[in-house]
Amino acid sequence: MSEIPNAPTSSNVGAADDAQHTLHLLREMLRIRRFEERCVELYSRSAIRGFLHLGIGEEACAVGVMEALTPEDAIVATYREHGHALARGLSMRATLAELEGKLEGCSRGRGGSMHLFDATSHFYGGNGIVAAGLPLAVGLALADHLQGRRRVTACFFGDGAVAEGEFHESMNLAALWHLPVLFCCENNLYAMGTALRYTESEVDLSLKASSYRIPAWEVDGMDVLAVEDAARNAAQAVLEGGGPHFLEMRTYRFRAHSMYDPDRYRDKAEIDLWKHRDPIPALTTALSERGVLSEGDLERMETEIAAEVDDAVAFADAGTNEPIEFLERFVTSDRVIA
Amino acid sequence: MSVITYREAVRQALREALLRDDRVFVMGEDVGHYGGSYAVTLGLLEEFGSERIRDTPLSESGFVGAGIGAALGGMRPIVEVMTVNFSLLALDQIMNNAASLLYMSGGQLNVPLVIRMATGAGRQVGAQHSHSLEGWFAHIPGLRILAPATVADARGMLWPALQDPDPVLIFEHAMLYNTEGELSETPEEVDIDTAAVRRVGDDVTIIAYGGTLRTALEAAEQLATDGVQCEVIDLRCLRPLDMATIRASVSRTHRMVVVDEGWRSGSLSAEIAARVSEELFYDLDAPVARVCSAEVPMPYAKHLEDEAIPQVSDVVVAVHHMVT
Repeated sequence: MSEIPNAPTSSNVGAADDAQHTLHLLREMLRIRRFEERCVELYSRSAIRGFLHLGIGEEACAVGVMEALTPEDAIVATYREHGHALARGLSMRATLAELEGKLEGCSRGRGGSMHLFDATSHFYGGNGIVAAGLPLAVGLALADHLQGRRRVTACFFGDGAVAEGEFHESMNLAALWHLPVLFCCENNLYAMGTALRYTESEVDLSLKASSYRIPAWEVDGMDVLAVEDAARNAAQAVLEGGGPHFLEMRTYRFRAHSMYDPDRYRDKAEIDLWKHRDPIPALTTALSERGVLSEGDLERMETEIAAEVDDAVAFADAGTNEPIEFLERFVTSDRVIA
Repeated sequence: MSVITYREAVRQALREALLRDDRVFVMGEDVGHYGGSYAVTLGLLEEFGSERIRDTPLSESGFVGAGIGAALGGMRPIVEVMTVNFSLLALDQIMNNAASLLYMSGGQLNVPLVIRMATGAGRQVGAQHSHSLEGWFAHIPGLRILAPATVADARGMLWPALQDPDPVLIFEHAMLYNTEGELSETPEEVDIDTAAVRRVGDDVTIIAYGGTLRTALEAAEQLATDGVQCEVIDLRCLRPLDMATIRASVSRTHRMVVVDEGWRSGSLSAEIAARVSEELFYDLDAPVARVCSAEVPMPYAKHLEDEAIPQVSDVVVAVHHMVT
């Protein structure tokens, strides 16, 4: 692990040390959690099909990083990106309609769970190919560099991605060209179903980034305040011309890799251990202890979120199927762009 | 009119694009300080600087993907991949991102990217630098595939390719770089949709593209002395295929030979033959014939390489067989 000066810690919460803001972080994590829990129900009744990769347990990573970004910044995400999309501001309605394959979905039902897109918020999608988003992030940052546009491109990927050539090619290019990319590694310890220790000669992932001369450090991915603070510092350093930065968030997914995964490769004890570190109750307890969140407040928050999820489900269920005569639309453009 | 090489024509096209549009930049292996592995980009680094003529590491997937990202970010990248065999290292980015992003995003994300690469055999560089894989790329929905066979097309196709809101792959046959052709002093833009009839004839239609156009034209010349008049169609655009031009010709000649430097099985020639049999079965007076590369990894030895790729004599034999 390579330390940078003033490397953030969870005790050094800086700008995040604000009760209202912390309540907002809690609400965002809860929105993602309750949304995904409802997705499981919808999958059971076949409203959602195909691959469904849930990020339950990993919400602090998506919320923490997204809070550190501005509306101008660009995001490249992974196939486990419901949380990133919601935290970025995609509506629950458009996201759920996409999961249900409806025309009202954020990708018109063409993408599904792994391919959520929103051009207006610079959300360049989930990506079903592990590590394939990293070169895209490098290119987006290159375009910013060439056009003198000052923004950060945040690129999410999992620990599995570090084994791919595209990871190493992208580290090298971003560092070589000093590009404004914030690499956000969500290390949940398993590349699909195989533990990192069985697949990597070096399991310290920050070290890999450091070897490309990219400032890199680890952060507790179960602590949203720590993630936000680390991401804010890193994004600031990127914006100030510091070149690419690398954040490894140590996290854990509580559910299986996908709905097809029997989850035979993890001990229940291990899962339980990590569940004790669940980012949501941890924050709830901390806020209660500080006297900024009463039981009534939490209930109200849950009620509001449940209403938002209900509304999204109703919206998606009532959505329309794209007319089949449009099957071939958008294979190529039917318009000329300026 | 002036006579220039195909290489010079591509270089002029790149210069014009760089001068006309600030968003255009060139990136690839050895395009800058080396001057291009085929010397196409020679001198461009000195003229346009290292921001716009970017040498890349040997990371085909990385820099092709970066080209896609830069296109998403508002640039008009021209990515050079040294040779088609190397493009396989970038196939993931070309197929899973460039060709799919517009569709997967429900029409939100265009990828206005141009990728150029050398293709084809004839230089005795063996089985990892000589194949004609453009047919594979022509299989992929979402891509436009171009194969300029003439100096005028090499000069004229790049700018319209850059105006396409979707990814365009340009395949330049390696044996063409040193060939010469006439070019107007004020080159006109060419379209990137249609095939071109390069020679008119009533007896047999010969379909060719890229490196095989010269083979087809030479064969047609020889066949004319035998009294067989061949029409030669240069496909120019391999995806989408200009079936209207093919139909118009074959429905008049009633015979077709496809010359394709790709392997026969599952090739572009197979696609054209299938379409003609689907659409023009009752217009045909003879079975469709194909002259393709032998199904071997390209050999090094000259006599074997010559034997492996379509030759003028192969086309002549195929046509004679068809008309007798």
